Amino acid sequence: MEEKKKKRMAIIASKGTLDMAYPPLILASTAVAMDVEVGIFFTLYGVDIVNKKKYHSLKVAPIANPAMPSPIPFPNVLGILPGMTAMASMMMKSMIKKINWPSIPELMDVCLESGVKMIACTPTLEMTGVSKDDMVEGVEVAGAAEFLDFALDANISLFV
Amino acid sequence: MDKSEANVFLDAKGLNCPMPVLKTKKALDSMQPGQILFVEATDKGAKADISAMLKRTGNELLDAGEKDNVFTFFIKKV
Repeated sequence: MEEKKKKRMAIIASKGTLDMAYPPLILASTAVAMDVEVGIFFTLYGVDIVNKKKYHSLKVAPIANPAMPSPIPFPNVLGILPGMTAMASMMMKSMIKKINWPSIPELMDVCLESGVKMIACTPTLEMTGVSKDDMVEGVEVAGAAEFLDFALDANISLFV
Repeated sequence: MDKSEANVFLDAKGLNCPMPVLKTKKALDSMQPGQILFVEATDKGAKADISAMLKRTGNELLDAGEKDNVFTFFIKKV
């Protein structure tokens, strides 16, 4: 198996909500388990997923999300009320716990330990005033060309 | 196959995708070639997912079964 060139997956993670943080990390950790080389480029709001000050407390946006499960019938427009984002996030966290899913920081550890290449987008850091020191240990900082160089040799490319 | 033929045992019951696959691969990585891993999982997708991972990593599925909603796998580390 060693001589064979590894398959490669390149993902762009552009969303910073709790629900949208899972797909890139789940696909990445699973792909590594399938002997695939993986790189994730975190850009725009997606940078929050690798921000160690924020990745413990990512939130779910209930507004404009009619698929958000609710214990009672609930007009989506009420999502603008104060406290709704916190409530939706709490609900999502309890659902995640119920199915024994790892938290985002735990999943991030799995990915980094197994060698997933993580790149945070430099202009996003510049724009939001976030420094490289705010990034989870092991996350690199680079721009579009670095991602494209990696992605040009990828078998799978995803934009999340 | 019988459980007594396995060298390493993994209980992945109650875990959901992707955890059974990740734990199975982690167990395989810690084993010597030729050793046999026995896995139990309840995730409905485990059969397809673990098979796909084994196909891609070149490990061998010796036997698979299902009893009382528990999927079982005997896997030979290659």
